[in-house]
Amino acid sequence: MPGPQPVAKSEVVANSSGQNEPLLKVGDSHVADSIFHFAMLSCGLCVLALVGLIVYELMSGSRLSWHAFGLKFFFRSEWDPVNEQFGALPFVYGTLVSSFLALLLAVPLAIGVAVFITEMCPRWLKGPLAFTTELLAAIPSVIYGLWAIFVLVPLLRQYGEPFCARYLGWTGLFEGPPYGIGMLAAGIILAIMVVPIVSSITREVMTAVPQQQREAVLALGATRWEMIRTGVLRNARAGILGGVILGLGRALGETMAVTMVIGNRPEIARSLFAPGYTMASVIANEFSEATGNTYLSALIEIGLALFIVTIMVNIVAQFLVWTVTRGTVARSHA
Amino acid sequence: MPETTTATPDFAAAPISLWRRGVNSFATLAAACAVILVLLPLGAVFGYLVYKGIGSINWAFLTQTPKPVGEAGGGMANAIAGSAFILLIASTIGVPIGIGAGIYLAEYGRNQFGNVIRFTADVLNGVPSIVVGIVAYAIVVLTQGHFSALAGGVALAIMMIPTITRTTEEMLLLVPNAVREAAYGLGVSRWRTTLSITLRTATSGVITGVMLAFARVAGETAPLLFTAFGNQYWNWKINQPTAALSLQIFTYAISPFDEWHRQAWAGALILIVLIVFAVSAVRIVASRGMLKGAN
Repeated sequence: MPGPQPVAKSEVVANSSGQNEPLLKVGDSHVADSIFHFAMLSCGLCVLALVGLIVYELMSGSRLSWHAFGLKFFFRSEWDPVNEQFGALPFVYGTLVSSFLALLLAVPLAIGVAVFITEMCPRWLKGPLAFTTELLAAIPSVIYGLWAIFVLVPLLRQYGEPFCARYLGWTGLFEGPPYGIGMLAAGIILAIMVVPIVSSITREVMTAVPQQQREAVLALGATRWEMIRTGVLRNARAGILGGVILGLGRALGETMAVTMVIGNRPEIARSLFAPGYTMASVIANEFSEATGNTYLSALIEIGLALFIVTIMVNIVAQFLVWTVTRGTVARSHA
Repeated sequence: MPETTTATPDFAAAPISLWRRGVNSFATLAAACAVILVLLPLGAVFGYLVYKGIGSINWAFLTQTPKPVGEAGGGMANAIAGSAFILLIASTIGVPIGIGAGIYLAEYGRNQFGNVIRFTADVLNGVPSIVVGIVAYAIVVLTQGHFSALAGGVALAIMMIPTITRTTEEMLLLVPNAVREAAYGLGVSRWRTTLSITLRTATSGVITGVMLAFARVAGETAPLLFTAFGNQYWNWKINQPTAALSLQIFTYAISPFDEWHRQAWAGALILIVLIVFAVSAVRIVASRGMLKGAN
C-alpha cells in the first residue's frame, strides 16, 4: 500500500504543533495532500517509465544487428549463428501464417459463441457459459502446449492430417509427411487460445447495442436470426473487428504453446504440415543460449519488431472497440 | 383501443416463409455447434489434466526436488516453492505501483495527462510476455550478472501492473461522489478520504483486480525463461536462479522421458488448480458486489 508516507508526515506535523492549536490544521492536510498526490503521481509515472524503458532497452539492444543488416534483416531467410548471418524472414512468415490460420479457425467459432450467449441461450445458462469460455483464457499457455504435444499432435498425425491430405491435398497446403508437429498444430492451438478473447469482446460490443434496435427489427416481423444479423451484428461490426484484431495481437505474441508444437525449424514451406518457427519462439528457444553479441542483438531486434507490431495492432483494435462501446462506457462511469 | 386489437390478426396472417424459418433454425444450430466446439477442447484439456495428473501426484512429488534422469521418483517441491517465491516478489513490486497508479487515474487523472497514462497502461497490457522477458533480462540480469528470482519477479510485476491499474481505477470510479463529498464535509483531508473512504469502499473490487492479475501471471512461462531460468535445487536467495512450476512443466514436456512427462502432467494439474481457485475466488468476491456498503 502506498499509504505510509503521508501517515508518517501528518504525525510529525501534529507533534510539532503547539498544545493550544487545533489538531487538524488546513495547512497540515494540504502538505499531506500534496505528498499523497505526488506519491500517486509517481506510481502513474512508473507506468509511463516502464513503457519508455521497454522501448529504450529494445532499441539499444538491437542497435548492433540494425547496423549490421539494416532493413534487409526482415527480408533475409538466412539464420546462421556460427557465421553471424541473420535474417528474420522465416520467423516473420511463421508468425503471420500461424496467426492468420488461428484467426481463420477461431473467428467464426468465437462469433457463434458470442451470438449464442448474448442472444439465444436461456438466461440461466448465460452466466455459466460465459464463465466457462473465460476459463479457457485462464489456462496458461504452457498447459495448452503440454496438452497439444500429447493429445492434439498424435490426433493430427493419425487422423487429422491424413484426412486433410486426402480431401484437400489438391490445394497444395496439405502435402508432405504428416508429422503432427508443424504449422497446422500451432494454428489450431492458437485458435483455441484466441477464441475466448474474440468472443468476450464480441459479447461486450453486442451487449452495447441498444435494446431498442432489437425490438425495432423484431417489430418489423424479422425472425430471431434476421434480428441478430441486421439489428445487432451490423451495428456492432466495428467492435467485432476490433475483437478480432485484439485476438490477432494475442496470437502474434503467443510463445510457449506455439514453441512446443510448431517444430522450430527456420524454413518457409507452402505446406501447413511442415514445421516452422515464429518470432516469439525463436527468442524463447535461443535467447539464453545466444553466444555472440550480434546473435543476441538479432534476437532483440526480432523482439522489437514483435513489440511494434503488437502495439500497433492493439491500438487499432482498442480504437475500434471504443467506437462501439463509448456510449455504454460513459454511462457506467457517470 | 379497438383498432389495435382488430389489427393484430392481420400481422399473424402473414406467415414467416419456410425458407426464413429454416435459415433461423440453421443459425441457431450453428451457434450451438460453435459453443460445443469451443467447450470440447476445454473439457479435453481438463479431462486429460485430471486423468494424467492425479495418478502422479503423491507425497514425494510435493516434497522432493527433481531426481536425475533415469531415476524414478522425485518431485517438484522446489518448483512449487519457487513459483510462490517469484509471485511474492512480483506482487510486492506490482501491487502497490498498480494500485497507486489506479488511484492517480481515478482521483487526479481526469485530464489529458491522465489519458496519456491510461493509454500507456493499455499499451503495456498488450506487450507480448516474451518481450517483457527480454526487458527484465536487460534491466536485472545484465546488471546483476546472473539469472535470478528477482529478475523473474520484475518481469511478472511488469505484467501485473496494467491489469491492476485499470481495474483499480474502474472500481474507484464506481464509488459515488457523494461518499467523497460526505468525507470532505466532515473536514477529512483528501488523502485520508481516498485511502480510508474511497479505497476502503472499493476494496473487494480492487482485490478482484489483483487476483485477476495474479491468475494471469501465475502460469506465465515465457518471461521466466531467461530471467528466473529454473533450478534443480531449492533456492531462497533473491539473487539466484530459481525453479518455477511453469518452467519445470515446459522442460519436462519437451523432454524425451516418460517419467518426466508424467511429472509434467502432475505439475500442470497443480498449476491449473491454483489458477482456477484464484479465478473462482474472483467470481465469488465479484458476485458479492464490488462496493462495500455504498449502494
